Amino acid sequence: MTTIEMLTWVRGPGLVIAIGIFLAGTLVRLIEMLMLGRRKDLSEPRNAASAKYGWRLVFTRFLPPFAASDVPAIAFLASYVFHIGLFLIVFFYVPHITVFKELIGFGWPSLPAWFIDAVTLATMIAMFVVLWHRISDKVKNYLSGFNDYYSWFITIFPIVTGYFAFHRLVLPYNDMLVIHILSVELLLISLPFTKLMHAFSFIFSRWYTGEAAGRKGIKL
Amino acid sequence: MSSQQTLAEALLQHGVTRRGFLKYCAGLASMMALPSSMIPRIAEALENAVRPSVIWLSFQECTGCTESLTRSHSPTLESLIFNVISLDYHHTLQAASGHAAEEARINAMEKFDGQYLLLVDGSIPVKDDGVYSTIAGMTNLEMLKESAKGAAAIISVGTCAAYGGLPKANPNPTGAVSVADIIKDKPIVNVPGCPPIPVVITGVLAHFLTFGRLPDLDRDLRPLSFFGESIHDRCYRRPFYDRGQFAKTFDDEGARKGWCLYELGCKGPTTHNACATTKWNQGTSFPIQSGHPCLGCSEPDFWDAGSFYKAFTAPPINVSEAVAPVIAGGAAAGIALGLANRMKKARAERQREHFTTEDLKE
Repeated sequence: MTTIEMLTWVRGPGLVIAIGIFLAGTLVRLIEMLMLGRRKDLSEPRNAASAKYGWRLVFTRFLPPFAASDVPAIAFLASYVFHIGLFLIVFFYVPHITVFKELIGFGWPSLPAWFIDAVTLATMIAMFVVLWHRISDKVKNYLSGFNDYYSWFITIFPIVTGYFAFHRLVLPYNDMLVIHILSVELLLISLPFTKLMHAFSFIFSRWYTGEAAGRKGIKL
Repeated sequence: MSSQQTLAEALLQHGVTRRGFLKYCAGLASMMALPSSMIPRIAEALENAVRPSVIWLSFQECTGCTESLTRSHSPTLESLIFNVISLDYHHTLQAASGHAAEEARINAMEKFDGQYLLLVDGSIPVKDDGVYSTIAGMTNLEMLKESAKGAAAIISVGTCAAYGGLPKANPNPTGAVSVADIIKDKPIVNVPGCPPIPVVITGVLAHFLTFGRLPDLDRDLRPLSFFGESIHDRCYRRPFYDRGQFAKTFDDEGARKGWCLYELGCKGPTTHNACATTKWNQGTSFPIQSGHPCLGCSEPDFWDAGSFYKAFTAPPINVSEAVAPVIAGGAAAGIALGLANRMKKARAERQREHFTTEDLKE
């Protein structure tokens, strides 16, 4: 199989398989979670408009709770950098936009390649800071298992291979591109079944937390 | 022209000055990424080269490769170099026809056994014993095998000979394959392109005459000096890519300003060829310069790598259509699992032993 053939496969059938598993898996997990429902709270609500608190928390939890946390500022900063960086890389680099355009029928303006390049470097550094914090922090280390490290790996793998491909490092561009697309497909396939599912579930978990607290009259 | 005439004599006869010849050698050396100290050696080797015998076989092809080489504008040094090889068999160019033509091939093969260069353009059909393309009653497969036996080296000219090209495109009705798929025991150089750049083929010939061996090749058997870098990396429109300035249609403002053609389907990033550096028609232009995206014609299987007019990262098949039933299946599976969980929960609730304060009194 030549590199171009491999490239055509990962862009075609490979992508169909990955997106299929990703969408089906995400739907299965979301529906299953939502259908489980919650334990009935028989007590009288202190605040009738508790749903409002649920929605509020969905957004306010984007802000850093510095006061309530003993996480070092650098680890906080790093997780912001890598989340925002990841978002910019995935949605605003022109080769990625052309994929979305083909999949959903419309595109949007891209950011210049040099800017995405800088963001990618910052994102990779930030992800290593986050990993360092997970390993060096005793409590976090104790709580971390395979799911955490695997999730970290499949997130950084596409970023590193994309960066290598862009800069023609380690392997010829076409080969690195095949590995890059495969790494994205690994991420897509794994996402619903790892903690990366938080990309979707965060909305529901925040809403539940906010709503439950609001009902009890706690301001979060 | 006598077959014993050297290249220097032949060039002199055509009115090429020594200065012009050395200039050509220097250009060739720089294009093949050789040090300048090599220029005298190239010149000497080329000057003294006795016209090598070349057998040119044309199989499943469109004659575009021959056109590209022979129609390169005005008598250039490349075309002269090409002219001074002893082209003993080429059924498009030779005067002889029929049995006389085939005889010329057999004679050259016998006379220059182990020394002649075999140039091939076009792919070789192998399905149904190769009946889909025959010359003088002989299948291309047989002719290639027979002619390759005594060849010093084989140069596959054009993407069809190098990788199967258009005839091999899905669903490949004739079972077309490349030269390298059939011949395993001879040195082979691929000079792909649809058509290939004339100077690349004369460059390979000059290298063979100078050093007595073929140039260094990449994994796809292409000379590294011409195919070592991608079109994208050497493209004069690259700064527009880096700045995010793209032509969105063929006649918008971006197109008129000469911005990057990536979104119009340019395959420059994945394509290795010398178009962006040597250009075509005496360095006049190349497809991207004239406003058309690169098709990727020097890469294996470029016909089946998706639309020419969609970005190369865009999926080559309709993913949404293929995935739609999977979404429905996922939703159904989610609901089924959810219901199963609920039933389990209800069953657990029913089977639970109710424990009250009364029970504690016992």
